[in-house]
Amino acid sequence: MRQKKGVKTKALRAAVPKVLPICISFFFLAMSYGLLMGTRGFSFLWPMCMSAFIFTGSMEFVTVNLLVSAFNPLATLMLAMMIGTRHLFYGISMLGRFKGMGLRKPYLIYAMCDETFAVNNSARIPGNVDRGWFYFFVSLLNQASWVLGATIGGIVGGRLTFNTSGLDFVMTALFVVIFVDQWMSSKRKSHMAALTGIVVPAICLALFGADDFMIPSLAVMLVMFLMLRPYLDDLKTDMQSDGREGRA
Amino acid sequence: MMIMTTWQGIVTVLMAVLGTVITRFLPFLLFPESKQPPRVIEYLGKVLPYAMTGLLVVYSLKGVQPLSGSHGIPEAIAIAVIVLLHLWKRNMLLSIAGGTIVYMLLVQLVFAA
Repeated sequence: MRQKKGVKTKALRAAVPKVLPICISFFFLAMSYGLLMGTRGFSFLWPMCMSAFIFTGSMEFVTVNLLVSAFNPLATLMLAMMIGTRHLFYGISMLGRFKGMGLRKPYLIYAMCDETFAVNNSARIPGNVDRGWFYFFVSLLNQASWVLGATIGGIVGGRLTFNTSGLDFVMTALFVVIFVDQWMSSKRKSHMAALTGIVVPAICLALFGADDFMIPSLAVMLVMFLMLRPYLDDLKTDMQSDGREGRA
Repeated sequence: MMIMTTWQGIVTVLMAVLGTVITRFLPFLLFPESKQPPRVIEYLGKVLPYAMTGLLVVYSLKGVQPLSGSHGIPEAIAIAVIVLLHLWKRNMLLSIAGGTIVYMLLVQLVFAA
């Protein structure tokens, strides 16, 4: 029992500094979301439950608008799946790392929002810290601060006076920092993958606009990586690339 | 104000939950631990982590309009600050907090509409 507790404490201690900036901004962002729902006449129970169960910021904001329009459950389902397409790619990226997570695994998958994925995907976890519990606390702390913010926002209403404009940039800052970290700690070949991840979405954003660029970006990247496979297939040297061409 | 009934509202929220959950669980259902995933999926699992961070950077900047308003200048300055801070100290908290504070000062004081 005691030993197990020590493992969790250690993982929690490793997770807190990695998620602190996210938690702070999640709290305020979710609060603005709760405020928005409050001004539309919803009780705080709505933002509280929606933030806890949907747990993907973009879809929560979209759902506010859906709730004040005509009832159309099928369109809502389709929209949620389209907005969430990127999660398919997160899942493929985490297949190996979530192996052997046991009972924690369903929660880790369920709670994998953009920011949680970004941290869990890139964190260099010290050898003496349990990976599973680290992933677990990253997910839990992020979700808890998001739900707390949304709930308080729903209760407080419009009484907040602190000017938070620009605070949402913390998300961009997080992703940029992780990008720089990955860039510096990886070999040259992976820079090609990283650049593809910047250039393809940037071109698609210019061509298709902010509302419609994600699906084309993901599709083009998929094609690009399949074409680059002969060059990038041996990205990690710990796996022997035997019979590397063939069926792909 | 809501024009649908409370139950219709709850169903709408549940549909949003279901759609999101499907996209999150699908890869793990298609490629369970007990089975070796196809080589091409393993390959994608190695290259996508690098690419997805870049995608998230672009995604978080999608609202920036280079041709109007502040022309994305505050974003560009703040990102430069973040990269330099991070190359210099490699302290995640410092880089994120520094860049965000610079950005907030820029949009609230310098580029205020």
